[in-house]
Amino acid sequence: MDFRYTEEQLALQETLQRFIARDYGFEQRRAFAKADPGFSDAAWKQYAELGLLALPFPEEYGGLDGGAVDVMAVMEQVGQGLLLEPYLSTVVLCGGILRDAASAALRSAILPQIAAGEVKLALAAYEAAGRYELSHVATTAVAEGAGWRLSGRKSVVLDAPSADCFLVSARTAGAVGERAGISLFLVPRAAERLRVLPYATQSGARAGDLELTATRVEGAALIGAPGEALAVLERGVDAGIAALCAEACGIVTALNQATLAYLKSRKQFGVPIGVFQALQHRMADMYIAEEQIRSMAIIAAVNAGSSDALARGRALAAAKAYIGQAARFVGQQAVQLHGAMGVVDDLIVSHYFKRLTMIDMTFGDADFHFARFSDTAERSGAHQAA
Amino acid sequence: MDLNFTPAEEAFRTEVRAFLAAEVPKDISDKLRLGRRLVKDDMVRWQKILFRRGWGAGMWPQRFGGAGWNVVQQHIFEEECAAANAPPQIPFSLRMVAPVIMAFGNARQQEYFLPRIVSGEDWWCQGYSEPGSGSDLASLRTSAVRDGGHYVVNGQKTWNTLGQYADWIFCLVRTSAEARPQSGISFLLIDMKSPGISVRPIITLEGEHEINDIFFENVRVPLENLVGEENKGWTYAKFLLNHERTSNAGVGNCKRSLAQLKQLAATQSVNGRPLIEDARFRDRIAQVELELMALEITNLRVLSAFARENRPPGAEVSALKIKGSEIIQQLAELKMHALGHDALPYLREALDPEWQAEALLGSHYPAVAPSLSGQYFNLRKTTIYAGSTEIQKNIISKMILGL
Repeated sequence: MDFRYTEEQLALQETLQRFIARDYGFEQRRAFAKADPGFSDAAWKQYAELGLLALPFPEEYGGLDGGAVDVMAVMEQVGQGLLLEPYLSTVVLCGGILRDAASAALRSAILPQIAAGEVKLALAAYEAAGRYELSHVATTAVAEGAGWRLSGRKSVVLDAPSADCFLVSARTAGAVGERAGISLFLVPRAAERLRVLPYATQSGARAGDLELTATRVEGAALIGAPGEALAVLERGVDAGIAALCAEACGIVTALNQATLAYLKSRKQFGVPIGVFQALQHRMADMYIAEEQIRSMAIIAAVNAGSSDALARGRALAAAKAYIGQAARFVGQQAVQLHGAMGVVDDLIVSHYFKRLTMIDMTFGDADFHFARFSDTAERSGAHQAA
Repeated sequence: MDLNFTPAEEAFRTEVRAFLAAEVPKDISDKLRLGRRLVKDDMVRWQKILFRRGWGAGMWPQRFGGAGWNVVQQHIFEEECAAANAPPQIPFSLRMVAPVIMAFGNARQQEYFLPRIVSGEDWWCQGYSEPGSGSDLASLRTSAVRDGGHYVVNGQKTWNTLGQYADWIFCLVRTSAEARPQSGISFLLIDMKSPGISVRPIITLEGEHEINDIFFENVRVPLENLVGEENKGWTYAKFLLNHERTSNAGVGNCKRSLAQLKQLAATQSVNGRPLIEDARFRDRIAQVELELMALEITNLRVLSAFARENRPPGAEVSALKIKGSEIIQQLAELKMHALGHDALPYLREALDPEWQAEALLGSHYPAVAPSLSGQYFNLRKTTIYAGSTEIQKNIISKMILGL
């Protein structure tokens, strides 16, 4: 057992910290968020140079062979810096799914492009009526000659406006809600009759809804076997959940630092407000929550790559549920302890709080994952960390 | 980062499991399983069995007669003990006074006391709290005045756990009333057979005799029983409390309690279905389980950092104590609630090993049932003892957050 990052992972984190301090300060970030494309192209190029975009891919595709713990190290910093670039969508989610499920030819073609920062991707897996259920797929794919025609709508596709390609789940068989019959397609942005309705999200990053109206793709666009994509999607999203848990961990760490500094500097009644026991005990609770969140983020990372779907799903559900609850507590209390300063747009505190809130509501909120964890209780024996 | 156990650790687990399967006396494990009353002999007998195996004090250094385990080995051991319904070891000796004697005692004290602790020969109890000194421990007033080759001790200690069994008591006493309260405290080892000591039971809310008042009237204690330096006892006391709190997370115990709870929820029924299928109740179990999953890793992270950095436990253990004590309480509460109205009967005789449930109640009544309400009431102590939750938050606030 070892709970430490390796020297390489720590060095990577330090590099990112230096980058954030130099090129990604709070004001710069706000400027990136306001202007199109909603993030920094220059930063994206830097990530490519630093190898971040190659992190989870095999060496044969120009990757660094990193695992979920390497991604965790990066995502903590993504959280601390509130980085806006589509790292989660392109590298962790879509990159991870393509690495695990795409044909050798497609892997050879696209993974090096992702690693080089030449292509961005977005995962279009959720639909309006389905909430957080990946199996709720009403979008259809019908074979036509050597290719397919896709029809349907996908909602809140993260990083959709900047994506060059989408991974779209569509039903090739079965009824809405069934596990079987779901397939996955790589759909180019330029495909005919594909509409993207772009918007900003609450935390600044961009997203969009997709409308496919008999959109035609080639036969090679199908990822994996037809009708069997749900397990692939679930594994990919579980990796995304682990990354979000790490991002939340980074934000909570930063938020606690900021709040603690505020308690020591803000004076009322002639003294720093941190001398008041009501606030001290709240801060102690936030510290404990941070430690527990870190432990759950570790559980998420070390289980993210597991091929045992039940154990993996249960660990990830536990982590996402717990972090959803605990990070909500830290976020709300950080705002509260900052007083009115906590509710202004000019301070990073509110931005951290909003991002934590969005993380909770991405890929299933605390209630969703809590139910997923609780409802599998009978099937599992004593819980085991790994 | 790797949460997997190494092959050597897995082999250790197998070895521990086999040992426990062969060596935990069945009458004792039955008591644990059924919630019956443990007596001194059960715990001493178990300590002697562990001692014979060389595991009397897992984490002590080998030069003091310990097994020299690291935190992961200790974690595995505790987990397996909990799963095998092995009784707890006596914490006041092994985890409290012993680390103080190792760190601050002289060679003679180490040579005399430590072997007797690890072998199970001596039972120790704690003399910290006083009627006027609970959370404000440093205000304690039990006095020790030098008289020739002795200290003469007068005063009262309270909330003393299992002192009715004890051969020795370690005491915080006031040796100086000058300067600030923390600077006039000394750490004394006192033979419970000394003339002038009397033990008065305190019956706690569940009706059991676990704690005591201890009175000292002109008790003569040889000067050689002073640990470390006179008036430096507060430093040792804090060191001891941090050691104590490392075990307060009680992850192994929590896991045993969770397993018991799930088993109860599987066997109790509501509207003809197992209680575990009731989503409301199951959710309450799941909520505690989440907290425990996180604590297990936090606990290992904190303890392994101490071990790696070769430093005594610091204020981080306060977080472990807060969480562990809350979790064990919540589990006890849920176990009681799992019984429904069967939690109401107060059957004191049911804590005796010979008690037969069938004589009194229907066959649906789980054998463990009579102990569960008492356990719930008893465990309210966990967020109070060893520094209340509020004191732990003060410690975190001051020592970690710098507020």
